[in-house]
Amino acid sequence: MSKIFVAGLGAVSPAGWNVAALRAALENNEPLPGQTLARPGWEKSLKVRQVPNPTTRLEFLAHPRLRRSSPITHYAAAATLEALAGLRANAAAKNFRLGLIACLQSGCVQYSCRFYDETLKNPATASPLIFPETVHAAPTSHVAALLENVRLAQTLVGDPAIFLQGVALGAQWLTEHRVDACLIFGADETNWIIADAFALLDRQAIATAGAGAVCLCREEKFSIGVELAAITDALVFSARQSRRHAVAAMRAQLGNISAGELLCDGLGVSPRADAAERAAFADCSNPRISPKAILGEGMMAAAAWQCVAACDAVAEKKHASASVSLVSPNQQAIGARFVRAEFSLSTAAPAGNIAP
Amino acid sequence: MLFPPKPSPAEPPRVVVTGAGIITALGRGWKPNAAGFRAGRRAFRPVTHFDVSRQRVKIAAEVDLPESFPATQLSAQQLNRLDRAGKMLLLAALEAWQQAGEEPGEDYPLVLGTTAGGMTLGEAYYRQAIQTPHHRRGQATRAIQYQAQVQALTVFNALGCSGPTTIISNACASGGNAIGHAFELIRSGQAERALAGGYDAVGELVFAGFDSLQALSPTSCRPFDAKRDGLALGEGAAILNLETLDRARRRGAEILGEVIGYGTAIDQHHLTQPQPQGNTTLTVMKQACAGAHVTPADVDYINAHGTGTVLNDASEALAISEWAGPRAATLPVSSTKASIGHLLGGAGAVEAVVSLMTLREQWLPPEVELETPDPACKFPIVQKPQNARVNVVLSNSFGFGGVNASLIFRRWA
Repeated sequence: MSKIFVAGLGAVSPAGWNVAALRAALENNEPLPGQTLARPGWEKSLKVRQVPNPTTRLEFLAHPRLRRSSPITHYAAAATLEALAGLRANAAAKNFRLGLIACLQSGCVQYSCRFYDETLKNPATASPLIFPETVHAAPTSHVAALLENVRLAQTLVGDPAIFLQGVALGAQWLTEHRVDACLIFGADETNWIIADAFALLDRQAIATAGAGAVCLCREEKFSIGVELAAITDALVFSARQSRRHAVAAMRAQLGNISAGELLCDGLGVSPRADAAERAAFADCSNPRISPKAILGEGMMAAAAWQCVAACDAVAEKKHASASVSLVSPNQQAIGARFVRAEFSLSTAAPAGNIAP
Repeated sequence: MLFPPKPSPAEPPRVVVTGAGIITALGRGWKPNAAGFRAGRRAFRPVTHFDVSRQRVKIAAEVDLPESFPATQLSAQQLNRLDRAGKMLLLAALEAWQQAGEEPGEDYPLVLGTTAGGMTLGEAYYRQAIQTPHHRRGQATRAIQYQAQVQALTVFNALGCSGPTTIISNACASGGNAIGHAFELIRSGQAERALAGGYDAVGELVFAGFDSLQALSPTSCRPFDAKRDGLALGEGAAILNLETLDRARRRGAEILGEVIGYGTAIDQHHLTQPQPQGNTTLTVMKQACAGAHVTPADVDYINAHGTGTVLNDASEALAISEWAGPRAATLPVSSTKASIGHLLGGAGAVEAVVSLMTLREQWLPPEVELETPDPACKFPIVQKPQNARVNVVLSNSFGFGGVNASLIFRRWA
């Protein structure tokens, strides 16, 4: 069984276009200010947290494949390039065969709404340039073209908890030596229809957008000092297993969280949506961060930010280990633990903490 | 635990198919579909689900859903919340499940491929959201139900099962990738059984999209014809029950065929166009053969991706011809999209079931309207219904975005 390490991290969020901006916002621990968004045909506006315009021109936009791409592709490209920067700078990793796993919840909603609006008005003039960008696989394809040496790619859709399924799949590809490094990104974009849906389903949530990326590798020498220690089963909510039981089972598989370990949870600002996760970790007095409470409901991007924040805390040596708890609105619960690479698992958590 | 995973078995288990469910415009279930594919029957008709009066093309291969559904553990309300895509998925899953004789249980992975999921509900949400005066009745339900994972969980609830759910959206390769992913889960020892397949319904947005690209045929969908002028859209679903050979034998399940190879890679040439020489197609066909320990000489039939577009078929024809070498001259190939259209995320899964049909029943599905094969095809295209000795079938699926997938199936005798 190969060990799997984290080789790099990337993030685009309402805090800015890199991990440093994400880190600063989380350390500040204050919800970011929101903006209003007009909703067609309705005088009331919706509240969102927009990704700010980048402070410098994004060089990758010069790539011919990205000229007409949607914001979700821009977020994904920026996050994956940041996550890959360390490997790219290392001559020994120059020819690495890459895997790319994209995780999306709503996907390319901006162009989908625009194209459907054109279709309803007159399908004969609906733009053929926009339609391909509505496909879930479009961001994956563009990012693969940008990175060039991608050998394997997969686009997963679902609730945000699938981000950790994507990480597990990337680890599997590495273990099987099908690729030398694997980028997993979670991304979503927002518009009035997403904000409108949140206003219906979770009134307190503030929709936001962005991406987070984790680059995995097999060799410690390429890592940022973080090792993937565990990912629990994907515990699905079903008629056989309630949401509460699934979250409790995830917590049990994650085991005791050792003293000083960071818990990067998925709590937002909605008591009802957060109840099961809050209850499952009620006994946990560890240091915690809740990116969604600060950044907003970024869907798959928010799940990715949780993992990025956990890995970053370990990489920055603020914590020897960090756990992630992802509890979806309607699919599943899943958790993970990352530890400092030179830090043995037996000292990070007493024996038996990682359930078999 | 997903990580660290269970150690892989020293010898990967053989993976067999013990259930296959299918619904297409040819009908619901194995028998009507097998009869239709065997005869090369075409199932296109004017689109009825939305207005196409201002579209360039006005036909698709639509599915007629039954008026009543088989009894499951779903309530009438849960069933009514499903859109057409979800209902087709449910019907295919039920058929596969019942044929396999499986029992309700946990740790039963579900791997689905789809491009649109419940997109028709998303369309309905949008249409209502832009109406004035603004009203929200039914919108919350639509916002939830349009999500593919909710449709997947509804299948689980109907069957009384639970397990990890993976939804792959690699555009038109999704169904093939879903079966390949489930195959790999079982081969690596992470699961003993899995339900896998794909589904998609014809929706207004997607129809208008392909029409805007002028990718739809204004005449007749004729894959690999020298005068082909585009694809036709279809809808449907197919689900396979996959399990280890040992498990199937232990429980005395009837075996429909064996999955022996899978290859996948990404073509970075263009978002919507394949690399003209078919390099990635060649790669995935070679990968699948290497994993299956077969050579082109062992393959008896190829169910091609064969959309009917100029660029796809030219690229695939070159790839097949190069891959097959001298074998190409006698290797039968056809695309069943000529009968049922392009099912997008459902295509690879439906074509996997067609592959099993050819293996079980020993015939080849023809393209009856093909007139003049493209000269790039160095292989014979099946044009008439015919019986044949079929032991190994290769099925190709390619998607927008560039992901390619090849699956190889072997006859179980």
